[in-house]
Amino acid sequence: MMTFAPYFLILPLAAFAIQIFFGKRLPRKGDWVSITAVGTTLCLAIAMFVMMLFLYEPGAKAEQSFEWFNLGELSVKIGVLIDNVTVIMLLVVALVSGLVHLYSVGYMKDDPRYSRYFGYLSLFTFSMNGIILSNNLLSIYMFWELVGLSSYLLIGFWFEKDSAANASKKAFLVNRVGDIGMFIGIMLFFTATGSFLFSDIFAGVAAGALPLPLLTVAGLCLFAGAIGKSAQVPLHVWLPDAMEGPTPVSALIHAATMVAAGVYLTFRMFPLFTPEALTVIAYVGGVTAIFAAIIAVTQNDIKRVLAYSTVSQLGYMVMAIGTGAYVAGFFHLTTHAAFKAALFLCSGSVIHAMHHAYHKLGDHDSDPQDMRNMGGMKSKMKITFLTMFMATLALSGVPFMSGFLSKDAILAGTLSFATHHPEHFLLPLFGFGAALLTAFYMFRLIFMTFYGKPAKQEVLDNIHESPATMTTPLIVLATLSIFIVYTLPYINPFSDHGWFTDLIVATNSVVPQHVNPSAHEIAEGIHHAHLPAMIISLIVAFTGIALAVVIYLKKKFSAEKLAKNLALPYKLSFNKFFVDEIYDRFLINPTIKLAKAVGFFDWEIYDKYFINGFGRITERLSRFIGITMDYDVLDQQIVDGVGKSTRFFGGALKFIQTGKIQNYLVWVLGGIIIIFIIQAM
Amino acid sequence: MDWNILSWLVWLPVIGAGLIVLVPRDKGDTMKWIAAAATAFQLIFAVLLWSQFDSSHVGFQFQEKMSWIASFNIQYYLGVDGLSLPMVLLTALLSFLCVFVSWKIDKAPKGYFALFLLLDAGMMGVFLSLDFFLFYVFWEVMLLPMYFLIGMWGGPQREYAAIKFFLYTLAGSVLMLVAILALYFTCGHTFDMTVLMAQANDGLGSMTWWGFNALKVVWIMLFIAFAIKVPVFPFHTWLPLAHVEAPTAVSVILAGVLLKMGTYGMLRISYPMLPDGAIWFAGALALLALINIIWGALCALAQTDLKKMVAYSSVSHMGYVLLGMAAVVAAGAKNGGNVLAAEAGMNGAVLQMFNHGTITAMLFILVGVIYDRAHHRNIDGFGGLGARMPIYTGVVALAFFAGLGLPGLSGFISEAMCFIGAFPVFKTIVIISTLGILLNAAYFLWAFQRMFLGKLNEKYVDLPEINKRELFTLIPLAVLVILLGIYPAPVLDVMKVTMGHLIQIIQQSSLLAAF
Repeated sequence: MMTFAPYFLILPLAAFAIQIFFGKRLPRKGDWVSITAVGTTLCLAIAMFVMMLFLYEPGAKAEQSFEWFNLGELSVKIGVLIDNVTVIMLLVVALVSGLVHLYSVGYMKDDPRYSRYFGYLSLFTFSMNGIILSNNLLSIYMFWELVGLSSYLLIGFWFEKDSAANASKKAFLVNRVGDIGMFIGIMLFFTATGSFLFSDIFAGVAAGALPLPLLTVAGLCLFAGAIGKSAQVPLHVWLPDAMEGPTPVSALIHAATMVAAGVYLTFRMFPLFTPEALTVIAYVGGVTAIFAAIIAVTQNDIKRVLAYSTVSQLGYMVMAIGTGAYVAGFFHLTTHAAFKAALFLCSGSVIHAMHHAYHKLGDHDSDPQDMRNMGGMKSKMKITFLTMFMATLALSGVPFMSGFLSKDAILAGTLSFATHHPEHFLLPLFGFGAALLTAFYMFRLIFMTFYGKPAKQEVLDNIHESPATMTTPLIVLATLSIFIVYTLPYINPFSDHGWFTDLIVATNSVVPQHVNPSAHEIAEGIHHAHLPAMIISLIVAFTGIALAVVIYLKKKFSAEKLAKNLALPYKLSFNKFFVDEIYDRFLINPTIKLAKAVGFFDWEIYDKYFINGFGRITERLSRFIGITMDYDVLDQQIVDGVGKSTRFFGGALKFIQTGKIQNYLVWVLGGIIIIFIIQAM
Repeated sequence: MDWNILSWLVWLPVIGAGLIVLVPRDKGDTMKWIAAAATAFQLIFAVLLWSQFDSSHVGFQFQEKMSWIASFNIQYYLGVDGLSLPMVLLTALLSFLCVFVSWKIDKAPKGYFALFLLLDAGMMGVFLSLDFFLFYVFWEVMLLPMYFLIGMWGGPQREYAAIKFFLYTLAGSVLMLVAILALYFTCGHTFDMTVLMAQANDGLGSMTWWGFNALKVVWIMLFIAFAIKVPVFPFHTWLPLAHVEAPTAVSVILAGVLLKMGTYGMLRISYPMLPDGAIWFAGALALLALINIIWGALCALAQTDLKKMVAYSSVSHMGYVLLGMAAVVAAGAKNGGNVLAAEAGMNGAVLQMFNHGTITAMLFILVGVIYDRAHHRNIDGFGGLGARMPIYTGVVALAFFAGLGLPGLSGFISEAMCFIGAFPVFKTIVIISTLGILLNAAYFLWAFQRMFLGKLNEKYVDLPEINKRELFTLIPLAVLVILLGIYPAPVLDVMKVTMGHLIQIIQQSSLLAAF
C-alpha cells in the first residue's frame, strides 16, 4: 500500500501545475488533466480499499518516515501513515472529488476561468490527501494551511463579486485564528517530546512528557485547529459565507471533505486528550450542533440551509469524539460525506436550472438560490428530486439510510456518556434537539423547492433537468446513502454492525494514570444505550418531518404567522444570532482602529516629533553653538573683545606716550612714592 | 582555492564601476550591460563558492589575509563560513536582478550604475570581512552610494529620506566605532575578528567602566549600531521613509540585503565575541522581537501606500529573526540543555534572513511594476486588477502568500523554526507573537482584495500586463521561494555546522546557568 502513497500527492500536484501554466492552451482547456489525475487516485484508492477488505484486519498499519532536514542534533522527520482510517478517508476524498470534477464539467462549462478552476480543484485534492497521509503534526499543519489556500482560491473564484472576495478573506483569516492555536499546540508537544511524529508524541505523552494540566491545554490547542477548519462555534462564521464559491466546491470542500479535516484531526489525536479536554470538545460539538440547526431553520437561501446543516453535523461528529464515541464520529464523517455532497450537488443542479431559466427570461435581479422563488420543481427535475430526497432521508436519520445508523451511534454515545456523568445531561439534549431540527429544516427545504406552487409559473416552465455529467454523480452519491453500503456483509437496517465497525476500532488513550475509560468500556456503554437512543431518535426525526409536512406541505399553519408569534427566537435565528455583527463590532473594527492609531503614532508622532526631534535639537544646538556662542559671544565678544580692549587701552595709553623725558620722570617718581606707601603699610 | 575568489567577489563590482565611468555619457545601454556583466560574474562566483564550500568544516574557509596598515595591526582579511555564505549568495543574486530592475533608469545612468556597483561591493565586503576595521570601512562605504541613490534617483521626498537614512545609520556607526576601539585597546591591539572572538568576552568581562560592566557597555553600543540597521523597534522609522522614497532596485537592496547586515552583525560579532552579553540580553531581545512583530504588523495594516505596507512588513518579519536569535539560551541547563530548540532558533533566524531577502525583494519589485504603470501606489486606488493582469496577479499572490507564511513557501519554515526554538524559554512572548501570523495574513489579504479583487476599476482597463524583463527578475526569486519552501535542507546544510559551533560558544558561558 505504501507504494501507492506518493501518487496521491504527485498526480494532483502535477495536474495543478499543468493547469496553471498551460491549461488555457490545452484542448478542452485541460479539464481532462485534472480528471485523469483524480481518476487515477480514485482507482488507487479503490484498489487499496479492496485490499483492506480482503485483509480484514483492524490493526493493519504501514508507516514510513524520512528526514526532511536536520540541524545537527535536531532531526525533523515527516512521513506517511496508512491504516484503515487512511484508506477510507482517501477513498472518500477521491470519490467525492472525482464526482465533483465530473459534475463541474457541466456546471462550469462556460466559465472564462475554466482551466484555472480545475487547477484549484487539483490543488485541493493534493493538499487534502496530504493531510490524510501525514503521520506527523508538522506536515499535517502544512497541508492544513494549503487546503485553506485552495479553499480561499475557490471561495473567491468569482472574485469580481465583492461578496465572494470578502468571504474568501474571511475564511482564510478565521481559519488562521484556529491554526494559531493548533501551532501553539504543536510547539507544546514538540517541546515536550522533541518530535512531530504521532508515534513519538504518543509514546512521549504516555511516558509523562507533559504534566496533566498542561496536557489538557496542549490538547485543546490542537483542537483549536479543528474548531477553525470544521467550523465549530465560535469560529463557524466563515463556512456559511463560503457558499459564495461555485456549488460543486461547496459540495467537495465545504461539506464533504475539507471541513471534515478538523474532525479527522481530533479523531487521530484522540489518545492525547485528557478527560477535561474531551469534555470541552464534547460541549463545543454539542453547542455547535444545536446552534447551527436553529439557524438553518429560518434561512431562505438553499445553500445557506445546507451550510448551517453542515456546521451542525460537524458539531455532531465533534461531540461524538468528545464523549468517547469517536468511532461513531468517524462513521458519521464517512456517511455524511456522501449524502451531504449529494445534497449540495443537487442544490447546485437546482440553482443551475433556476439560473438558466432566469437567463432565458432576461431576469438578472432575482436570486436563483432563494427557495421562496422555487417550488413545484419535482415534476421537472425527476433525478435531482429523487436523489435529493434520498439524501434528505439520510441526513434526517430515517431508517434504511446510512445517516440513521451513524447518527444513532453518536446519540447512543452521548446518552451513554450522560448516563455515566449525569451532570452532562445537556449533551444528549443538544443531540436529540438538533436531530429534530435537522429533520424539520431538511423537509422544509424539500417542500419549498420541489412541492407546492412556484412564485412565477414562467420560471418553472423554463426549468430543465441538468445534463448527464451532473446527474450521474447525484445518482452515485444517493446510492451511497443507503445503509447497506456500510454494513455489508450484514443486512440489518437497525444495526451499524458491518465491515466499517469491524475495521475501524477504538484505540486506548495514552494519557497517563488511566484516568480515561478504555475503548472497551466506551464500546460497552454505547452498546447498552443503543436501543433507547434509537427509539428517541426515531421519534424526534419523525416529529421533525411531521412538523415540516404540516407547515410547508399541507400549510396548516402559516410560517409567517409562526415567525411573528415567535419574534425574538425567529429574529435571532434569522440573523444568525448576530455573531458576525458582534465580531465586527468588538474584534475587527477595534483591531483596525488600533492599527490606524499605531500607524499614526509611529509615523506622525513618534517619528516626526521624537526622532526628528533629535535632528531639531541638534540643529538648535548647532545654531546656538555656531551662531550665538561661536560668533556672537566667542568671536564677537571675546576674541574681538580682546582686540577691542587692546585698542581701547592702546588708544588710552597713547596719550601717556608724549616723548618728553620730564613727563616720564614725573610717572617714575609717582611710582616710587606708591611703592614706599605700600611697603610702609 | 588560490585565486582569491573572495577578493574577486568584492572587487568585481568596483572594476565594473570603473569601466562605467569610462563609458561616454550618451551610451546608457553600454553602462547597463557592463553592470549586468559585473554582477553576473559575481553571481557565478558566488554559486561557485557555494559549490566549493565544505559545509562540514568549522571555521572560516577561502581565507585571504595580508597586512594593510601595519602600524595599527589592521589587516585585509577575508573569509567565509556558513553564516556569511547564504548572505553572499543573496547579495550576488539580488544585485544581479536589480540591474535588470533598474533597466529603465534614464536619469544619469552613469552615476546610477556606478554607485549601484559600489554599493554591491560594500555589501559583499561587509559579509566577507574578518577584520573588524575592514568591516567598518565596508560598512561605511556602503552608506555613501546609498545616500546618493536615494537622494538623486528617489521619489518626491528623496532628499529628506536620504539625509535621514544617512544620519541615522551614521549615528549607529559611531557607536560601533567606539566599540571597535574599546575592543582594540582592551584585547591585545588587534582588529582580527577570530582573535577577538577568543579574547573579548574574558577581556571585557572583568572590567568596569564608570560603574558599569565593560562587556555590557560594549554589547549595548554594538547592539544599537546593528539594531538601527535591522531595524529594531524603536529605531525603525527611517526604514519606511527610505523604502518609499528609494527607487525600486534600491528598495530591493535595502530590504533584501541591508537589513540583514544588522542581524548578521549581531551573529558575526556580538554573539561570538561577547557570548555573556548575548545571554544577558536574550530576554530583552525576545521582547524587542515581539514588539517588532506586532508593531510592524499593526503599522502595515494601517497603511494605504502599498510600498509602505511592504516596508512595515519587513519590520515585522525581521522580528522573527530576533526571536530565533534569542532562542539560543534554550541550550541552558534549566531548560534541560535544550540544544534542539537552540538549533531550531538559530538556524531558523539565518534561514529567515535569507528567505525574507528573497520574498521582500519580490514584493518590492512587484510594487515597482505597478507603480511604473499606474504612477501611484495607493492600495485603495486600484480594484479588480485580477481580471486585467492575471499573470501579475498570480505572481503577487505568490509573493503575498509567501509573506504571510503559507506552508510550502519558504517563509513558513523559517518563521516556524524561530517560534519553535524560542518557545521553550519565552513561552508567553512566543504565544503573543503568534498573533503576528494572523495580522500578517490580514494586511496581505486585505491589500490583495482591495487591489486585485472586486470589479475592475475603469481607469485601468488598459493597464498593460507585466512584461518579460520584469518577469525575468521575479522568476528566479519565485523558484527559490517555492523550492526552499518544499525542501529547505540545501541552505540549512550549509549553515548548520557554523550555527552549531556558535551555540557551543554560547554554551561555554557561565551565565547560561540562569536559563
